[in-house]
Amino acid sequence: MSGLVTQRNAPFLLTGPALLVFLGLVIIPLGMTVLLSFYDWGQYKGIVPEFTLKNWIEVFTDSYFFEIFMRTFRIAFLVTLAAILIGVPEAYILNRMSPAWRSAFLLVIIGPLLVSVVARTLGWALLLGSTGLVNQGLIALGLIKTPLEFMFTETGVVIALIHVLIPFMILAVWASLQRLDPQIENAALSLGAGRITIWRRVILPQIVPGILSGSIIVFALAASAFASPAIIGGRRLKVASTLAYDEFLNTLNWPLGAAVATLLLVALVLITVGSNRLIERRYAQVFE
Amino acid sequence: MSHLVLDGLTTRFGGFTAVDAMNLSVGRGEFVSLLGPSGCGKTTTLQMIAGFVEVDGGGIRLDGTDLVSVAPNKRGLGIVFQSYALFPHMTVAENIAFGLEMRDVPKADRDRRTLEAMELVGLKGFADRYPRRMSGGQQQRVALARALVIKPALLLLDEPLSNLDAKLREEMQGELRQIQRSIGTTTILVTHDQHEAMALSDRIVLMNQGRIEQIGAPHEVYDRPASAFVASFLGKTNVLAATGDGEGTVTVGGLVMPLPGAGKGPLLLAVRPERLTFAQAGEPGLEARITGRIFQGAHWQFSAESAAGALTLMRGNDGAAVPGEGETVRLRFSAADAAVLPAGAAA
Repeated sequence: MSGLVTQRNAPFLLTGPALLVFLGLVIIPLGMTVLLSFYDWGQYKGIVPEFTLKNWIEVFTDSYFFEIFMRTFRIAFLVTLAAILIGVPEAYILNRMSPAWRSAFLLVIIGPLLVSVVARTLGWALLLGSTGLVNQGLIALGLIKTPLEFMFTETGVVIALIHVLIPFMILAVWASLQRLDPQIENAALSLGAGRITIWRRVILPQIVPGILSGSIIVFALAASAFASPAIIGGRRLKVASTLAYDEFLNTLNWPLGAAVATLLLVALVLITVGSNRLIERRYAQVFE
Repeated sequence: MSHLVLDGLTTRFGGFTAVDAMNLSVGRGEFVSLLGPSGCGKTTTLQMIAGFVEVDGGGIRLDGTDLVSVAPNKRGLGIVFQSYALFPHMTVAENIAFGLEMRDVPKADRDRRTLEAMELVGLKGFADRYPRRMSGGQQQRVALARALVIKPALLLLDEPLSNLDAKLREEMQGELRQIQRSIGTTTILVTHDQHEAMALSDRIVLMNQGRIEQIGAPHEVYDRPASAFVASFLGKTNVLAATGDGEGTVTVGGLVMPLPGAGKGPLLLAVRPERLTFAQAGEPGLEARITGRIFQGAHWQFSAESAAGALTLMRGNDGAAVPGEGETVRLRFSAADAAVLPAGAAA
């Protein structure tokens, strides 16, 4: 047997099983989806395996699709921004806690990931509804007269997604904070820097890689999220993933749904790879 | 006038007293080492001077003004950290200029002083390098330049050479001493390496369990240890059981010798291995049996058993014959080379 394994083919044999799984479960379905997006479809004829650009032309020219894609990326951008603004300080505080408190709060932070997306989002629906806890509280406090619209709005979707996705940001930033020299703040302090200067000039530039990888994860997951937009956004407020779902399962126009799904994937890859390149070049020294 | 004064300095971590009522005054331009085993409070003392650890009692005065109430970023001290703590995202020049920038030194002045500091530590031409692309020794120089460029009132060194290999460490020791002499900055070095402390300092402060055991010039502390701890921590030493008659004579095994100032009853004498000599034929001495012999090139090292306890002794390799294992020899030492340790103070 040992004669069959050589220096040359060992890497292929070792990675083979994983490659096969990846090929079978990701690459082939993905390729079929892309192929499907070029097929024809009619109300009465169903899917016809004939090459056509009809779906793509429709996706790119109909303002309905443009609006949905803009909304998807607007939501993803706002969620990412909020995750940075809340998650980075939170990771910093977490990093400075004593070990006992840190493990307690880590559990609180990772908590959302331990609950099913649907259960958690329904929880948010209860909180954010017009007779939900948030509105009742605000009315009781006399801050508002009429309930705020959270359900079926972008605000509601953004709030729910921040809650779901912020652990990814915190964990990514925390990992890069742990790589900092524990004396680096004292070094800056001894040279005369104040707290804010230390943050801006010493800490922040060094955790950019963590913020970037956290942002890519959060942005990608927010842009392709399905359950939260479906439950809180509902039928009225569609995003790319719920749009693809509706095309597949309600209209039964699989080729159009495939075009939407493919476009979402390509756009996401372009956005994340592009921003990655940009920031890596800007902060080349900390990425080594 | 003393430049830096620690006056009853105390700090506690929970119930544990890390530094206990420490008194020390350091003269201007002096190089003082805090030496001791890990956990003795030497680093904590340094961090209190720097302002990173809170002071629970006592005071720190620099040129007569209280330092404890000054925020750490306003103290203006130069610190070199064990890990160097360089800013990895800044070039060498940016690292060094950081302290000047914080002081709003004008750009032209800043550039000139940064260049001077780089020349001082021998890093000319490294301005645009990033720390990660440099060797440990070079990073160490950057850290030193960064601490010195702000013209600090006090230079604090926290085990600065412990991450370097032996040869480089020796080189840097000489250079560090020479730089410190040339600029005359009062310096406090924290180290657990006795050779480093002895090679660099004007005075050594030996610490143990949060307290000062002894303060003195390196040779003073080495030759006249004030306690069994100092004797055993600083170099090798023999602790011999002896009996004093209260009138200036002690008996060590078979050796009876005058030792002015020795008390009455059982006492302990500390004698360095290199100060024990073989007695000439006919001379009285402490009888000992050689149990081991190691040749170390420039000298021989013997271990021996005697009535006063186990011994180590050294003898320079002058080409003469030396006793072998199992032989019995008689040993002597001069009264000036023996330090009487406080009774009951076992090492």
